[in-house]
Amino acid sequence: MDFKDTPEEATFRSTAAAWLAENQLTAEDKQGLSRLDVAKLWQKRKYDGGWACIGWDEKYGGRGASAIERVIWDQEEGKYDVPSRFFVIGQGMIAPTIMAWSTREYCDQFLPKLASGEEIWCQLFSEPASGSDLAALRTKAEKDGDEWVINGQKIWTSGAHYSDYGMIVTRTDPTVAKHKGLTAFLVDMKAAGVETKPIKQLTGDADFNEVYFTDVRIPDSYRLGEVGQGWQVALTTLMNERLAIGGGGAGADVPLALKIAQTVSINDRPAIEDSAVRSKIANFHVQEAGLKYNGYRALSALSRGDLPGPENSIGKLVGAPKLQDIASFCMDLLEEHGALWGDDLEFMAGAAQRSYMGAPGLRIAGGTDEIMTNIIAERVLGLPQDPRADKGIPFNEVPTGN
Amino acid sequence: MNFEFSEEQLMLREQARGFLSQHCPPTRVRDVFDGEHDYDAPLWTSIAEMGWTATAIPEAYGGLGLGYYELAIIAEELGRAVAPVPFSSSVYLATEALIAFGSESQKQRWLPGLASGETIATLAHAEGAGQTTAKSLTASLSGDSLTGAKKPVADGAAANIAIVTTTAGDGSVTLCLVELDQGTVVRTPIQTLDFSRGHATLEFNNASAEPLGNGTIPWSSFESLLDRAAVLMAWEQLGIADKALEQACDYAQQRYAFGRAIGSFQAIKHKLAGMYVKNALARSNAYHGAWALASDSDTLPLAASTARVASIQASLNAAQENIQTHGGMGFTWEFDCQFYYRRAKLLSLAIGSERHWQDRLVTALEQQEPAAA
Repeated sequence: MDFKDTPEEATFRSTAAAWLAENQLTAEDKQGLSRLDVAKLWQKRKYDGGWACIGWDEKYGGRGASAIERVIWDQEEGKYDVPSRFFVIGQGMIAPTIMAWSTREYCDQFLPKLASGEEIWCQLFSEPASGSDLAALRTKAEKDGDEWVINGQKIWTSGAHYSDYGMIVTRTDPTVAKHKGLTAFLVDMKAAGVETKPIKQLTGDADFNEVYFTDVRIPDSYRLGEVGQGWQVALTTLMNERLAIGGGGAGADVPLALKIAQTVSINDRPAIEDSAVRSKIANFHVQEAGLKYNGYRALSALSRGDLPGPENSIGKLVGAPKLQDIASFCMDLLEEHGALWGDDLEFMAGAAQRSYMGAPGLRIAGGTDEIMTNIIAERVLGLPQDPRADKGIPFNEVPTGN
Repeated sequence: MNFEFSEEQLMLREQARGFLSQHCPPTRVRDVFDGEHDYDAPLWTSIAEMGWTATAIPEAYGGLGLGYYELAIIAEELGRAVAPVPFSSSVYLATEALIAFGSESQKQRWLPGLASGETIATLAHAEGAGQTTAKSLTASLSGDSLTGAKKPVADGAAANIAIVTTTAGDGSVTLCLVELDQGTVVRTPIQTLDFSRGHATLEFNNASAEPLGNGTIPWSSFESLLDRAAVLMAWEQLGIADKALEQACDYAQQRYAFGRAIGSFQAIKHKLAGMYVKNALARSNAYHGAWALASDSDTLPLAASTARVASIQASLNAAQENIQTHGGMGFTWEFDCQFYYRRAKLLSLAIGSERHWQDRLVTALEQQEPAAA
């Protein structure tokens, strides 16, 4: 066990750091660009320098870096303010699915443009009637010669409004049990019949969308895996999702809570001297550090060649509620000031308030707390499934309640 | 970077688990619970023969000179087995105090016996209810004469020697070494909630004692000793936490109600998943703690207190919810659930409670903050 860099890792780190220092985006570069355009500019610069998707094979634009090197790169890149969230779904979740289930030809066609940020992808999984019960999805794909015709509706699709391509899971056979009648495809988001409508979230932002498919035609060659194998294909994406979205991201954290507690007062003494405040901060640190080292341990497993397992569900399961709790705690320390809203607030420009408002979404997106807990109970601890009313019966005979 | 134990260390774990399942099954723990003895002396002898008490003692003093990763592994296994032996007192605390602060002649005199297990030692620090601090200490050493009382002293009934904290004014402490088998030491066994670890009150009436090394050390050095012990204690608590979770999972699969295994109800499976999550975070924090201890890192105070708080919370939660999962059977004397419940609480109170370590954790965060900014 060693938490320090080996000499090779130290060399890699300094090479990465030197490249980043040399090539970072300047204020001039970013002048007048939207957040998305800044992200694309940065991604392209990394790609040209050989630092995009570094874990991928060189032929797809990567550099064949190890799992540890990827973390070192993320740590070094994380020291700069660079937007990356636009690419997480495509690079982190869909690309591994394409590698596992599509043809070499499509890997050659799509992966380099995913790596360079030229093309952005979205994940078309959830539907109005299938969220946690994903396999109950109803969007229909029907074979017509060498093409498939897609009809139906997806929802909660992050980034659909700026995506070039998507990965969609459809129902191709409603007469068999629900997990068996699914098929996955690549889809051109610019194709005729694809309509994207943004959803305004409770935060006021609109990061995700409803996507309607009306007689959208896609070639059979865009199919991922065999007809009826859609559930296995989706699982590849979901397994990688656990790694890609991990600990819940930036926002209110222990350093912020500590900073606020050192600044504000309780009974005319610094809040940090209050024993209840100290207990809370300690508990948050236990979670934050635990998640960090948990991630390192998962990485050691990956380095040994293990696949990302269900135990990685813990990252989001702990991270999202922790974000909500710590944000709420920070706001409490601020007393009435905690209710203020805006980008010009002190303490990380109102990060606590923004985290508090964003956290409910994180606890739901990519598998709710409850689904993550089920995964741990059933797939890690080996506990039995709940009895299910839809088990083993044809999908079109499953009770729907309406 | 590598966050996993080596092949050899994993083999040691397997070997230790196998040994304890044979030599320390729950029936053996129960024998000590129901019996007259303060600990399982034959088990202690065989543990010592395995070399576990010698693990981190340098070879020059009769030890194996292995590292703290090995000791952490053994600690976890002892926790899983709820082993009724004075290992934590003798090894994590007293032996470490001798290695850290003892004079050369004291090390030569005592470490070989501690390594072989023939000598059992403990740390005598608490002086009654509430926290014992540099300021509150009343036991005192004058020349080679020790007076005062310590209560409770873990494994105080079994120990041959004790490292005793005595007053040296605010901000420092004098550690002294005293042999307990002398007329001026009155040893009164006291019962705790864990019957398998004999505690005692020790009264020193001008007992013959000697300062450990140069005697007075800064309080912060004493806290460092506790940090080191906290990491090992965290591993032992983690063993309890995981064993309690396993027991609860097994029971939830076997026990049927309403026509199905109770583990298929979300009310139960979510409880068990919650235990798993706390245990997993505690394990990862314990890994970091073991690394900080083994590599003598500056981050030890933060790593140790984080590991300790995480393990206290995980082990108490797992032990409590294990009983809850068992329903009425979990509350009986006959079931083993009580072992984990008792031992988890006992260890959570040793070397400072949860609140104490939360406080130390935040102090460490405050101190590292300027460096990080």
